[in-house]
Amino acid sequence: MAVATPQPAGLLSGNSRRRARERVVHIIVAAAALTSILVSIGIVGSLLYRAVEFVAGLADPGAVDLAEARNGIGFSNLWSDKWAPRFFDFDVKTLLVGSLVVTVVAMAVAAPIGLGSAIYLSEYASDRVRKVVKPILEILAGIPSVVLGFFALRWIAPNVVGNVFDGADGQSLLAAGLGVGLLTIPLMASISEDAMRSVPRALRMASAGLGARKRTTTVSVVLPAAVSGLVAAGIVATSRAIGETMVVFLAAGASGNTALFTVNPLERGSTMTAAMASQASGTDGTISELGFGSLFFVGFVLFVITLTLNLIADRFVRRVREVY
Amino acid sequence: MAIEAQRMQAEESSKSTSPASGDAVSPSVEGSAVAVKSESEAVVRLDDVSVYYGSFRAVRDVTMPINKNEITAMIGPSGCGKSTVLRSINRMNDLIPTARVEGLVSYMGIDLYGEDVDPVEVRRRIGMVFQKPNPFPKSIRDNITYGPRIAGIAKNEWDDLVEQSLRSAAIWDEVKDRLDDSALGLSGGQQQRLCIARAVATKPDVLLMDEPCSALDPIATGRIEDLMQELKNDYSIMIVTHNMQQAARVSDRCGFFTTELDSQSDRRTGQLVEFDETEKIFSNPSDERTENYVTGRFG
Repeated sequence: MAVATPQPAGLLSGNSRRRARERVVHIIVAAAALTSILVSIGIVGSLLYRAVEFVAGLADPGAVDLAEARNGIGFSNLWSDKWAPRFFDFDVKTLLVGSLVVTVVAMAVAAPIGLGSAIYLSEYASDRVRKVVKPILEILAGIPSVVLGFFALRWIAPNVVGNVFDGADGQSLLAAGLGVGLLTIPLMASISEDAMRSVPRALRMASAGLGARKRTTTVSVVLPAAVSGLVAAGIVATSRAIGETMVVFLAAGASGNTALFTVNPLERGSTMTAAMASQASGTDGTISELGFGSLFFVGFVLFVITLTLNLIADRFVRRVREVY
Repeated sequence: MAIEAQRMQAEESSKSTSPASGDAVSPSVEGSAVAVKSESEAVVRLDDVSVYYGSFRAVRDVTMPINKNEITAMIGPSGCGKSTVLRSINRMNDLIPTARVEGLVSYMGIDLYGEDVDPVEVRRRIGMVFQKPNPFPKSIRDNITYGPRIAGIAKNEWDDLVEQSLRSAAIWDEVKDRLDDSALGLSGGQQQRLCIARAVATKPDVLLMDEPCSALDPIATGRIEDLMQELKNDYSIMIVTHNMQQAARVSDRCGFFTTELDSQSDRRTGQLVEFDETEKIFSNPSDERTENYVTGRFG
């Protein structure tokens, strides 16, 4: 077979500078992606390292810490009736239960109101109303939590909790929970609405064609079809509520980073996040090495909880994708 | 009960108000035997119906009946308003925010757009099958019982209703052993027959079918067409179809729609060109446009 006239080598090599530039771009964006991964790994790693160090410190406290401790130091410090790192009371269950109470209160507010908003926006609102309301909802999601925390402290606590339950100034887990709930509504509403709007319109038509009212269609067709997305919304919102710090820090009423164990929402208390913020910002006057270490221990517990919730949420979201 | 009373009332008033019409007499006494074809009665009548989307008139001046126990077809090129007219009959257009109906659409002599008419009640009596099969992501059984459930039919009747509906949609033998499996596991043709069964389960008088076979293969299409012939013994059917052969095969009467430039809006608006017995439409149409369409010269 005859070969066409031989061409000079390099005919097809193109512009070498451009190829080099392409490689550089590749490296830069890969580095950007890698950075966030490395940072995450670093955070988790240091968290874990310091948490382990804290536990080890409990087993073998340094001389200084030991001198300050009243009743000696050991693993028993992890189980008492209060969280008071100043006095080496590292009762994590106080904070866990505090977080639980705040989260339950928050979700009791955010789940029905968020879901209701989502149903309204997705099923009832006209296009014109939705175009106005949806952005407002998204702006609400952007309110700094410290603002809402202040609102919870100065308004919700005295006016809602104080008045209704006859508390003095109303600072309590309940007030904090209500504040966190308000903060979580937009997130809950937004994800739920996305889930409901992804239900095919043809199903709504089928239901209407069979003589169903909008209410029936929503309850019997749209919500069941969107259930995985709604569960995911609930979990993401829960995760957000557990992680919320500022509102609780301001409104839950724990002072000097000391909180007594309680399951009563009307009492003052603290959560994992608020205790960490309190500890790290040094509002607690004396911070021993061991007390500071407890921050990482609590942080790690918190990380494990939210990670678990996010993994579960991810599963549900995936399942939504499979259906449609 | 309310509807029953309303109907009686409408029967009285329709004698004087309903437009005189040669081929159809408005409502007759309940229980009259199946009428002779040439004199059959209209269950639904459209008189001078126009449908608007906002200010745009999508289709205008449609006058045609749906006769009892007949299959009435609407044919015509895309965008000529067939589906729009169909949706005006069970008030599905209400779900499109800007849609508006002018003229008289009546069922048993009752103005379907009258003030005290509940669209939900209308849709229970005038069922609908859509272009694409749209079963609920529920079990086969739950798909069928959805309508009866919301209509308040007693639970102990559901089992019979499920069998009866699936039988009348000619799909019982294929699904009777897996009633609790998801309807989404069925083939497209089976899903569409399930949707027909679902529509039938609410015991409507009229079945509207919006291109029910357009998403199906020829074999599934053939089955649905056979099924329609059986269904017309119990129901009055109106079908929209792109497929002229299908209209010729299945329908008793046929309306041909086309689009014309509307002087009012300067846009193309659908209109009914001719309505007649199917045989006549396909063999000896009176309008040249119909002839051009059915002989394949246009569209």
